Amino acid sequence: MENLVEIKDVSFTYGFRPVLKGINMTVPRGKVVSIMGLSGCGKTTLLRLIGGAIRPRKGEVRVAGRAVNRMKREELYAMRRKMGMLYQFGALFTDMSALENVAFEIREHTSLPEDMVLDLAMMKLNAVGLRGAHHMMPAELSGGMARRVALARAIALDPTLIMYDEPFTGLDPISLGVISNLLRRLNDALGATSIVVTHDVQETLKIVDYVYFMADGAVVAQGTPDEIRDSKAPFVHQFVWGEIDGPLPFHMPGGSYARDLALETARA
Amino acid sequence: MPERIVESLRGVGHKVVHGIWRLGYASGFFLMTLLRSATSFRRFSLTIKEIYSAGVLSLIIIVVSGLFVGMVLGLQGYETLQKYGSSEAVGTLVALSLTRELGPVVAGLLFASRAGSAMTAEIGLMKATEQISAMEMMAVDPIARVIGPRFWGGVISMPLLAAIFSAVGVFGGYLITVVVIGVDTGAFWSQMQNAVDFRHDILNGIIKSVVFGVAVTAIALFEGYDAPPTAEGVSGATTRTVVTSSLAILGLDFVLTAFMFRGI
Repeated sequence: MENLVEIKDVSFTYGFRPVLKGINMTVPRGKVVSIMGLSGCGKTTLLRLIGGAIRPRKGEVRVAGRAVNRMKREELYAMRRKMGMLYQFGALFTDMSALENVAFEIREHTSLPEDMVLDLAMMKLNAVGLRGAHHMMPAELSGGMARRVALARAIALDPTLIMYDEPFTGLDPISLGVISNLLRRLNDALGATSIVVTHDVQETLKIVDYVYFMADGAVVAQGTPDEIRDSKAPFVHQFVWGEIDGPLPFHMPGGSYARDLALETARA
Repeated sequence: MPERIVESLRGVGHKVVHGIWRLGYASGFFLMTLLRSATSFRRFSLTIKEIYSAGVLSLIIIVVSGLFVGMVLGLQGYETLQKYGSSEAVGTLVALSLTRELGPVVAGLLFASRAGSAMTAEIGLMKATEQISAMEMMAVDPIARVIGPRFWGGVISMPLLAAIFSAVGVFGGYLITVVVIGVDTGAFWSQMQNAVDFRHDILNGIIKSVVFGVAVTAIALFEGYDAPPTAEGVSGATTRTVVTSSLAILGLDFVLTAFMFRGI
């Protein structure tokens, strides 16, 4: 199967801090692929590299066969028109209504008549079940609703690649179920490809086709959801089953406990 | 001891290098804003919206301040001029003070505090809530779409606000000196008309207000765009906008005055 996204031996540093260390990943067309790992392990950085917001220090990121890190601004923008991105907290434009938010990208990139732009935006809102909230401002929407409006905005121009940055964070169980089902359904309905960055294991394993596990800037495990559930690898096991101790220790390494409690000084 | 000296010298050096780097970054940002301004004029409705936010919403503070400044000028001017028997010249004093100096400068300072700080906070919060990143990922250039219209909205609003400030100030001076104190109306207006030159006084005042508009808006937008994406970062950037813009207005005013009114 053809790969839409290919990440080859990519390394990236923020200042002197290495964030990604020789990452290799592929995302086949039409699939929903998840990247999981602890906070700060470089998952969001990877999405930014795919979107061309930052460039790798080493290696190559290819989208639809073209190297993102060698693209000029115009080429990058042309590529991004075929991408949709859902941010952790929606990143809706706070001075626009839900409908205007969804219409924004259509209006910017097409010269369609105004009533058609609004009809298209309304259809996208309908797809996420929020046609009835089209007039509401972002401040009036609940967290789950804001995430759904942002999802409608991300698919406004029927993208071929949709990226989700922590789409399940801070949602109640119902909203979480709604978003995860929409994610899968929209991907299949649009014939798109999705990359989901998350640490919500159980919900994600229900809807994705393939999972990459990252730790400390490297891919430490990968497989289908069933392979991941059955994995005996200590890190994957700890992560999937939420065990408090394991390869990632409960206690952050520190000096002597007695000394921190000033017991050694007291004895001396 | 030498280590501490080296350490403090290193700190000074770091601050200087950072300051120069930031100045370069700000200049690049300003240049980029100018180069990508086509959207602001092609879709002028975006700029009109910003003229409303920066200009129309600043009208109340500008009108009220202008009225009081004009009334104070009238009072103070009358008080001094009547000692020399030339109280009719108070109209000239009020008009010249306002068109040449107080109109552009005070309106500029008020504009920086009201519209400039609002611009910084808005852009800073847009950045903190990833709205700017979202726009970039939608292949929409935030410099062209968000910064450009705000810049031109500010630059167009500022001279209009300064003109309104001066006009209301003259009216305030008239109220106090003519209506309340009883200076002759004809003398008040005719002396003003004779003394105020369109090119020398009014046009120079307009040039000043345009320059202040460019400075305040550019500073406000850069501070917002460069603000760290935290509550503390946005609040610090807003404060820096007001302080830097106010100092820039006063410094530029001196330089412009020296060029415009030298030798008179």
